Amino acid sequence: MATTVFLALLCVSILGYSLNRQAAARMRANGTKLHSVPGYHGLYSLLSTIVPVVVLIVLWLALQGPTIDRFTMSGLPAGSLDELETGGRQLILAEIKSISRGRVFGNPEAWKVDAADRYVWMHAVAGWMLFGVVIVASLGIVGFARSRVAADFRARHGVERITSGLMLFCSTIAIFTTLGIIAALLFESIRFFERVPITEFFLGLNWEPQIPLREDQVAAEGAFGWIPVFLGTLVITVVALFLAVPVGLLSAIYLNEFATPRLRAVAKPVLEILAGVPTVVYGFFAILVVAPAIRSFGATLGIPVSPNAALAAGSVMGIMLIPFISSFTDDALSAVPKSLRDGALALGATRAETVLNVLFPAAIPGIVGGILLAISRAIGETMIVVMAAGLIASLTINPLDSVTTVTVQIVTLLVGDTSFDNPKTLAAFALGMMLFIVTLVINVFALRIVRKYREAYE
Amino acid sequence: MMNDMGNVGRDSAASEIKIQARGVQVFYGETQAIKDVSVDILDKSVTAFIGPSGCGKSTFLRCLNRMNDTIDIARVEGDIHIDGDDIHAPGIDPVQLRAKVGMVFQKPNPFPKSIYDNIAYGPRIHGLARNKAELDEIVERSLRRGAIWDEVKHRLHEPGTGLSGGQQQRLCIARAVATEPEVLLMDEPCSALDPIATAQVEDLIDELRQSYSVVIVTHSMQQAARVSQRTAFFHLGSLVEYRETGQIFTNPEDPRTESYITGRIG
Ligand SMILES: Nc1ncnc2c1ncn2[C@@H]1O[C@H](COP(=O)(O)OP(=O)(O)OP(=O)(O)O)[C@@H](O)[C@H]1O
Ligand SMILES: [Mg+2]
Repeated sequence: MATTVFLALLCVSILGYSLNRQAAARMRANGTKLHSVPGYHGLYSLLSTIVPVVVLIVLWLALQGPTIDRFTMSGLPAGSLDELETGGRQLILAEIKSISRGRVFGNPEAWKVDAADRYVWMHAVAGWMLFGVVIVASLGIVGFARSRVAADFRARHGVERITSGLMLFCSTIAIFTTLGIIAALLFESIRFFERVPITEFFLGLNWEPQIPLREDQVAAEGAFGWIPVFLGTLVITVVALFLAVPVGLLSAIYLNEFATPRLRAVAKPVLEILAGVPTVVYGFFAILVVAPAIRSFGATLGIPVSPNAALAAGSVMGIMLIPFISSFTDDALSAVPKSLRDGALALGATRAETVLNVLFPAAIPGIVGGILLAISRAIGETMIVVMAAGLIASLTINPLDSVTTVTVQIVTLLVGDTSFDNPKTLAAFALGMMLFIVTLVINVFALRIVRKYREAYE
Repeated sequence: MMNDMGNVGRDSAASEIKIQARGVQVFYGETQAIKDVSVDILDKSVTAFIGPSGCGKSTFLRCLNRMNDTIDIARVEGDIHIDGDDIHAPGIDPVQLRAKVGMVFQKPNPFPKSIYDNIAYGPRIHGLARNKAELDEIVERSLRRGAIWDEVKHRLHEPGTGLSGGQQQRLCIARAVATEPEVLLMDEPCSALDPIATAQVEDLIDELRQSYSVVIVTHSMQQAARVSQRTAFFHLGSLVEYRETGQIFTNPEDPRTESYITGRIG
């Protein structure tokens, strides 16, 4: 039904478009000077039909289901719903609906079959009503729009208003989604902090969230101090940056300034492939290659290395970040005007001196921005650490130890046996919120720094 | 010095030849921008390059310090000797060549550094100053020669990019002078300057002539006449006429030169 309705609307609005367009074209042919060209008169009709009627259809379809459900239930024979809780009523409604779709199990009572018939009938009626309403409404608008075609009618401004309204609507979607996410995190975090004191979460040095969910489970008492978890994230992030920043920077500088065009043509796509590798694959790489390599290297030196050492997860994450940093650096270096490069070379600077003293300072804002975004990504990265980092939170900054991260904990808290009213599960939201705040702060910093340098250098 | 390969134009032979170019051709990809240009540029004098826009003045100028090397598609053919040394010889380091042959560009290009660091950059990388005091002295002297000292002496540590266009250009001139080059190539150095600053830069050029060889590209006939001893007229990539400035303006030999300087082509 919905498809038919939309098709009908499309036909009517196209009709409106051509009506208006032709009317305007005729006026112009008669020598009248129009404010807007005929195309805009047509578009005006098209948009002012489609936009409100689509909204109408969407609202109608959203309300239709619940309304019909309510009618179905209230139309049941008296007494059939007595002594039933909400759950029981919903079961009956579900049964009626499945009968209406022709899936009948066993021998349903006659009143249920009746109700199912009425349910089907009501849907059909509602569909036809919608069809009628859409036709009438769209034809009405088309007629109205047609009547407005006149020499001084500002169809172009009308179209502009409607399209800018649409754009405004689309941009608010993103904003409201973000606000919704923040609200959900905040709401659940508040529920967490009703059960676990804030001071314990922020100052506690122990993280043992595996408390019993049901009475028959055996588990520890539970401790919710986020410091060791966040410390783990920091250790892995620092390891990743130690690898990614120098390698990314130098490779970008090399590719941009020193490599022959042939080499650049090969190396750049390869770096981009590196950026496209799914993080799960990096996780495999960490478990199967890097972690054993680090362990056996540690063993030859006589240093004990944990099987899921932070070093392994961190260095693989660093590899993941290399293309990120190098592409930012590359963009920033390429954006430096050629005249600066020439200026330095003409003074007798070598290429390395030119890069180091002139191009690099000029490119700093872009590079710093890239590094900070890389930090945000490292902190939020989940798959690699879920696969390669540990589960136990330990208070250590030794990269050879096993550490866990905020994201790993969120995942482990939310998979498996969960219920949303105990601190174990709610702790995930509190962690998520902290993650959100930390990355937000970093991004704000990134923007600050970028802006500061830009002011100094423009 | 090496004066035996024949002079171009009628030479007064008063001073030595600093730069000797023979059969220079420059190609950008397939298109030829410079066609068989031979020219002798004298030491301790000012040589002006004039000619209509796009005729290859900047391109030829960039040959003299091998800045065309930095353009991927550019290809230079022919011989250029400076002080008798072939600048394309395998043993020649373009970096050292450029320290000796300074350049001021058509568009001002100060580094995103402080005014002081802009000037000090060349002396620092070439180790011209032994200590801070010497460096300070070089910076001040260069800024004075660039006719900008009075405007910037109170703000030496502010970014050079914060100056006006004309100030930036004088900063770039000062920056080029600071490395004490033997040849200074100036590509329309005064196109962004007001008459006062232009006069100051022309004074500077006159002063530099005492010790260096200066090559200046200019669109102003008056400027060429005021500052240069010899003038070269380029047209469509060829060197049409190269003679003493006074002669070229009063008594041009080639009809193209005459119509250019009287304002009929270009
Ligand atoms: N980087 C380049 N790539 C390709 N062609 C170039 C390049 N630079 C210059 N050219 C071409 O070479 C010719 C000479 O250019 P050049 O810049 O030397 O002219 P010019 O005499 O300095 O002109 P103007 O007086 O406008 O500065 C022009 O036709 C120009 O299009
Ligand atoms: Mg030029």
